[in-house]
Amino acid sequence: MPVLFRHIALAAAMILGLAGGSEALAGLGQPSPWQLGLQASASPVMDDVHWFHNFLLYIIAAISAFVLILLIIVMVRFNARSNPTPSKTTHNTLLEVVWTVVPVLILVAIAIPSFRLLFLQQHIPPADLTVKAIGRQWYWTYEYPDSKVTFDSYMLRDSELKPGQPRLLAVDNDLVVPVNKVVRVLVTADPTGVIHAFAVPSFGIKIDAIPGRLNETWFKATREGIYYGQCSELCGKDHAFMPIAVRVVSEQAFNAWLEEAKKKFAAEDGARPNTLAAVR
Amino acid sequence: MAHGMHHEHAAHEAHAHPTGWRRWVYSTNHKDIGTMYLVFAMVAGVIGALMSIAIRMELQLPGLQVFHDSHMFNVFTTAHGLIMIFFMVMPALIGGFGNWMVPLMIGAPDMAFPRMNNISFWLLPASFALLLISLFVEGEPGGPGVGAGWTIYAPLSTSGHPGPAMDFLILSLHIAGASSILGAINFITTIFNMRAPGMTLHKMPLFVWSQLVTVFLLLLSLPVLAGAITMLLTDRNFGTTFFAADGGGDPVLFQHLFWFFGHPEVYILILPGFGIISQVVATFSRKPVFGYLGMAYAMVAIGGIGFVVWAHHMYTVGMSTGAQAYFVAATMVIAVPTGVKIFSWIATMWGGSIEFRTPMLWAIGMIFLFTIGGVTGVVLANAGVDRVLHETYYVVAHFHYTMSLGATFGIFAGWYYWFPKITGYMWSEALGKLHFWLTFIGVNIIFFPQHFLGLAGMPRRIADYPEAFAGWNYVSSIGAYISTLGLIVFFVGLVHAFLRKEKAADNPWGVGATTLEWTLSSPPPFHQYSVLPRIK
Repeated sequence: MPVLFRHIALAAAMILGLAGGSEALAGLGQPSPWQLGLQASASPVMDDVHWFHNFLLYIIAAISAFVLILLIIVMVRFNARSNPTPSKTTHNTLLEVVWTVVPVLILVAIAIPSFRLLFLQQHIPPADLTVKAIGRQWYWTYEYPDSKVTFDSYMLRDSELKPGQPRLLAVDNDLVVPVNKVVRVLVTADPTGVIHAFAVPSFGIKIDAIPGRLNETWFKATREGIYYGQCSELCGKDHAFMPIAVRVVSEQAFNAWLEEAKKKFAAEDGARPNTLAAVR
Repeated sequence: MAHGMHHEHAAHEAHAHPTGWRRWVYSTNHKDIGTMYLVFAMVAGVIGALMSIAIRMELQLPGLQVFHDSHMFNVFTTAHGLIMIFFMVMPALIGGFGNWMVPLMIGAPDMAFPRMNNISFWLLPASFALLLISLFVEGEPGGPGVGAGWTIYAPLSTSGHPGPAMDFLILSLHIAGASSILGAINFITTIFNMRAPGMTLHKMPLFVWSQLVTVFLLLLSLPVLAGAITMLLTDRNFGTTFFAADGGGDPVLFQHLFWFFGHPEVYILILPGFGIISQVVATFSRKPVFGYLGMAYAMVAIGGIGFVVWAHHMYTVGMSTGAQAYFVAATMVIAVPTGVKIFSWIATMWGGSIEFRTPMLWAIGMIFLFTIGGVTGVVLANAGVDRVLHETYYVVAHFHYTMSLGATFGIFAGWYYWFPKITGYMWSEALGKLHFWLTFIGVNIIFFPQHFLGLAGMPRRIADYPEAFAGWNYVSSIGAYISTLGLIVFFVGLVHAFLRKEKAADNPWGVGATTLEWTLSSPPPFHQYSVLPRIK
């Protein structure tokens, strides 16, 4: 019975949420209920992803609507009742050329901004800060190689959540970075472990953490706040429970945090115990 | 006199066939084998569907309800994918309808290698058994079954799954692959050598063309999968380190090998469906297919290009910019022949005299839903935006629109189209249409909201999700229950047709059905075309 009540309550909440409408706004740094589109952008790359995705959405919606309209026309005009004698037309060279060439032109129109976005993502500008993310089963280790700071980041269990912290997204130790600075992220995985993927939707980044490989990506967070992501490559039973949390702060706050972190995580530096997997 | 009697006896012997269980187990008859494939696909399809229902029940609400741990959830998604691909869609479309209809449509008495046809089928239950066994033996430490996804990426499938479940799965895939390769050889030989006089390649029905392209894809891609999973097997058991970074190997190599098979595989799943849709649309529009040659060579083009786009599944592995740009461009090219197919189907209907019988409903539904799956494919082809959507529910929605809605709608279109020919009985139009509408509404409610979840960032293959994703997941699960009702109606309709025993005409579809199978009785004789038909 409690399950049934929970269902009813959820259904009611959904109807209210739909009616409210404002709930459907895209979240910044985390998803929001009934969200329809991409998460809000907090980086130049994600700004472009938003633009490009909207551009594509217009095109694919137009194509789908076009096909639907054609199907409705043939169903209405050419059903057995309204058109008892079928035509025998099986060729129309002009038509066939048109429906081959027009898609090619549409694809070219898509390819140009597509390549521009790809090059923006792939061309890493000179970095102000380098951080390293190491995927492990099932948590992330973050390193600030230039400051000799290393720490692990675990998902908070339900009992550890403070009010306002999202379940399955909040972690004990956030990755902290300064606002409006180019951050280069080096991503790899435990050399004897499995593949994970480091993703932060609001920054428009996702890159696999692969044993034996050092991948890199970059972001420049344009707004302070906390940005969540989730491991995005199946990595075993607790794949759903190794989120990524990036806290973007002012430069002063970042420097203060870094000084504190050097002390706080000093004990773990270099001699990080390898038995942490038992914690979760 | 004696000589004459001997001759008669021999002739009788050639046409005699065993009865009872021997008829099926020893079968060398393409129609009996095709029937066994169809029944097998139904059994596997029900198991795969039950798994998907369990998945949707788990995802209906945040938290863990159905599965006691998320490993078991991963096992279910893995098995659901593998079962639906290897044991439902492929047996139904290639082994089932292909076996049944290719010889009938090209005017051949049987397949080229009837005994090989038998072993092709009987390898499948063995393979399926191995897959089912894998669910009950240890995979990940402490958990039964393989939870590595149908893509079984190393190292999760090597060091991540030390238990024997993965070895069972590898063996299962090997046997399923061998079955498909043997089947592919049989189809290629049959189509190239056993066409009736006058049946040139350019006169073959498009369903046969679709099978021909499909089996070539099977023949060329499955050996690569076999190589890759053999390397997995030796990595796991014999100390090699092809995919182990700590031994100098490369986990990404597995992904390249897997997707070199995996991408053609998705066309293997959909192309026979394309062929069925072409037959059904032409039949019920009472018009020949528009742009026949364009349709045939569009499939050849899709198959060909399908081999050079594999790494669009791997945009996030850290490929060079140039490689990503190449795979973006090559992948988008596939939209062109696919567009040719969609528009040619509509042009076939244009000017036609369309009868909305059940197979036609499935065909029209497939055309529209496949268009949606196709255009989201164009979105995902772009590495720039795929960076955000990769491994999210957007991808799940995309491939279910092409597979679960495209390929499966193709299967049901073929089922209702050929059921009277195969069984000799007519199904109930009312039940067929109810099945269609329940399924059409259900699958759209399942999969359309998954686009929203993916855009919002919900990763695939997670058993529990942040509360913000709860709303659309709930809706999606409701859709699953509606389409389950559709599946029940399908079986009710099946039983109903066999109980009612309404005799089907040899050609129940009228002048639109022009292919050779409709010239035979319903059901066709055990051996057809003792005198080969001549095609003008």
